[in-house]
Amino acid sequence: MSAVIAKLNVRQFSLLSAAVFAAILPHLSRLPWSLTLLLPVLLFARWWQRRWRPTPVSALLKLPLALLIVALTLMQYGNVFGREPGSALACGMLVLKLVESETARDARAAVLFAAFVLMSALLFAQSLFYTAFLMLVLILLLAVLRQLQAQPANTSVAWRPQLMHYLRDAGLSLLAGAPLALCAFLLIPRFTSPLWGAPNDGDSARTGLSDRMSPGDISNLLNDDSPAFRVGFNGEAPAPAKRYWRGPVLWNFDGRAWTRPEWADTAAQVTITASGAVIDYDVTQEPSSQRWMLALDVPIDVPADATRFTDLTVSGRHRDTTNPHRYHLRSVMDYVLQPELSTTERRHALQLPRGFNPRSVALAQQLRAAHPDDDVALVREVLQRFRSDYTYTQAPPELGRESVDEFLFDTRAGFCEHYSSAFTFLMRAAGIPARVVTGYQGGYFSNVGRYLLVRQSDAHAWSEVWLPQRGWVRIDPTAEVSPSRIELGATATRGGDGESWYHPEWIASLRNQFDLANRWWNEAVVQFNALRQAGLLQPFGIEHADYGQLAWLLSGCISVILAGMTLWTLRRSRGAGDALDRSYALLCRKLARAGVKRGTSEGPRDFCARAAASLPESAAAIRALAQRYVNLRYAHALCVSAELHLFDRAVRTLRVSKRKP
Amino acid sequence: MNRREHAVTGASTTRERLLQVAEKRLPSLTRLRQAETLPIRLHRHRIYVLPTRYGLAFALMLFVMLMAALNYGNNPALLLTSLLGAALLTSVFRAVRNLDQVELLSVQVAPVHAGEAMNFTLNFTAPERAHYGLCLSGTFGEMPFDLLPQQENRISVELATERRGWLAPGRLQISTDYPFGLFRPWSYLNPQLRFLVYPKLETNAPGFPLATRAEGQRAMRGADDEFANLRDYRHADAQRLIAWKASARHDRLLVRELERRQGIELLFDWAQLPELSYETRISRLAAWVNNAAAAGMRYELVLPQQHLAPDSGEAHRHACLQALALMPGAQQ
Repeated sequence: MSAVIAKLNVRQFSLLSAAVFAAILPHLSRLPWSLTLLLPVLLFARWWQRRWRPTPVSALLKLPLALLIVALTLMQYGNVFGREPGSALACGMLVLKLVESETARDARAAVLFAAFVLMSALLFAQSLFYTAFLMLVLILLLAVLRQLQAQPANTSVAWRPQLMHYLRDAGLSLLAGAPLALCAFLLIPRFTSPLWGAPNDGDSARTGLSDRMSPGDISNLLNDDSPAFRVGFNGEAPAPAKRYWRGPVLWNFDGRAWTRPEWADTAAQVTITASGAVIDYDVTQEPSSQRWMLALDVPIDVPADATRFTDLTVSGRHRDTTNPHRYHLRSVMDYVLQPELSTTERRHALQLPRGFNPRSVALAQQLRAAHPDDDVALVREVLQRFRSDYTYTQAPPELGRESVDEFLFDTRAGFCEHYSSAFTFLMRAAGIPARVVTGYQGGYFSNVGRYLLVRQSDAHAWSEVWLPQRGWVRIDPTAEVSPSRIELGATATRGGDGESWYHPEWIASLRNQFDLANRWWNEAVVQFNALRQAGLLQPFGIEHADYGQLAWLLSGCISVILAGMTLWTLRRSRGAGDALDRSYALLCRKLARAGVKRGTSEGPRDFCARAAASLPESAAAIRALAQRYVNLRYAHALCVSAELHLFDRAVRTLRVSKRKP
Repeated sequence: MNRREHAVTGASTTRERLLQVAEKRLPSLTRLRQAETLPIRLHRHRIYVLPTRYGLAFALMLFVMLMAALNYGNNPALLLTSLLGAALLTSVFRAVRNLDQVELLSVQVAPVHAGEAMNFTLNFTAPERAHYGLCLSGTFGEMPFDLLPQQENRISVELATERRGWLAPGRLQISTDYPFGLFRPWSYLNPQLRFLVYPKLETNAPGFPLATRAEGQRAMRGADDEFANLRDYRHADAQRLIAWKASARHDRLLVRELERRQGIELLFDWAQLPELSYETRISRLAAWVNNAAAAGMRYELVLPQQHLAPDSGEAHRHACLQALALMPGAQQ
């Protein structure tokens, strides 16, 4: 066909270039920097060249370029297979395709390839807005295809309206396909296990909580407003001050950092005497490079594929760096945890490095002397000191080797990490078993979505001390210094640090609304798996739909949708002539109701003359209408739609009273 | 189309021969219809659609994307793939609808002589909506066009002519690659039309004889007629017009050529040209008719079975050319 061989004109090539650029755009930040620089430059240079000197690019240039792109990929990744090298190579080849594109056929091939590149971008990130952006690029790709049709030679339509027309057309096509796509999305049977290796490289995932805490670590998280996890409660959510999300418990202190020792990763029976109500909830954790799972303090039931260690740290079997992880937990809030402490555990809970923080050790011994037998009074006194003399800040001064000493006696300012660290140190030095618990505190409860959103900035650290008979008791020294941190959440405490100007209320509320959409997206789309698909037919009485049933349903739905669209396509169109017929038929019905029926062989003139004669009250109107009908029907070659409309209105407004007998 | 025409045009390729067989044996399948009267409106019973090669390639790519998305359990990718697939699949409906209700109202041509290109103007209407990316193909090649609603859309194509006589545009295929070029619906238009192709004009035809008929002679202007020039005597020139003196001087017969010929009535007689071949005779007579008409003279045409009385004007010229075009041996 000549249409295929046709050379691309400037508009077609420009739109194609834009579409190719949009397709590689999501990849750019991930590509090796050499390609990140090379590809956009190459693309722009080619567009410029085609725009001003429309000649084909010589093979002498194309071949080295192709080799260069392969070489750069190999240099970065070592091979060309796998997710990252593969997508880098695909981006490069797509730009090369643009370099050699001259005809409509080339452009179509480029669009085909761009669709693949676009999809591969989703292997790296799957958030709502990322996907939404890719859908917009899809519109651009369809617009390119739409523009490639054979066009009449001498059209001179302005570029902008034409482009808008194409984009609108492409957008409408996507909309028209939406029901079918939704149906396919829901019902295409999912694989329960992958056919070939699934991606498992964790470099791109978020860090999340680590099993190490030293001043400054959590601080990075505190400024990270991305979601950490979301919680849906079966019942009421606990009060904000009680939302302690337990992460890894840290036992070892080396003078500088708190770490989690290996021995702590042992599962053993833990005595928990619960007195309050059991809280049932589902946590959806964002992709993370850590295996820790977050549980409301304290968890009593964990999923089968998770382990709860002796210190109630919950760990998943494996980490998932690309997909959100969803799990169900049960917790209690009023409890007595481990009323009996074994000697080993006691030893671990009292461990302190030698030769560090002498002033703090002296303070602890002084406090112990003041309260020889009363642990509770000792704890109270320390908290009292914090309350009166210390301030909360997220930008604390630097600390030296004697970090606890310097914090307790010199700087006296810090955040959760400093307080829990110093508090636990003092407790241990005073002979009270204590440990640091890291996790999250607070969260934003969305009344619309009925779920709790916990951000990375809600990261927190607190202490647990072991008291005889009462077991492990949670003490949050930060709460003494900055009660609002606990009552209102991390964002409320940012005020004093001079960064509030870009976090006004409305932006915060907008962000929370925004998260609602993200959560919905995660729940409904990203985590839709084989298991949930199998439960899809539960409302119809099928507990566990198998592949066969899904396939039947899928083909059934597709058939129904396609049949509907076929009917739409083939529906009898209401042409201009038909509109006139309809108006005339209405006139005949009105007159028939008034008692004058049209004979089968009666023409409009005769019939209306007869009607006018027997209905003298509206005779003039009927005669006028008859004349207009005859004119419209027989006088003009093509009916003018405005006149048709007027005639129709006149017929509709005609009132005919019944013929008197 | 009838068998004789197939024999005449000759089915050159296997594909065309197969199409002819299909047309004869399975008219309902191929729907290559008998010629119809205008106007012809396309509707669902006569629109066919198949995916293009590009459509098939895209289907393959979508399958690859689907497999990748399913394998990685990547739901957004699956959603993207299904959305793209659904949009492309449902484009078949828009494609068919793009051809539906297109109507060929009329066809106009300007008369031409054999050997010249015949300019066909097809007048399409679209009763409701615009139709984009249509393509008309036939013996003339391909002609892309758009239709705008509620107005006359004139599409001009050029058709080569070879022989005098009737020329039918034949079966025209109308197709579209709207909206994305993945499906190609098509339909055939076979309007029952034929146009007359006038005989080929003889190139460098000699000037026409100035013979007049005795009985048809009008009052000739006398010697006061202005002589434009003299030319060689030709067989069938009237003796009256020979310039005897000039002929004597130049030692050959010369005739006076009159500048004002309105008054003269010419006679173009088939029998005057016995030395020429059949078709050449027709060509020469056609050329003469044209020349005489261009000069605004009255002329008479005598053919073996037809006689057109002397007259002037366009209507007369067309009548004469038509008579010549339809002389036995014309294309039917």
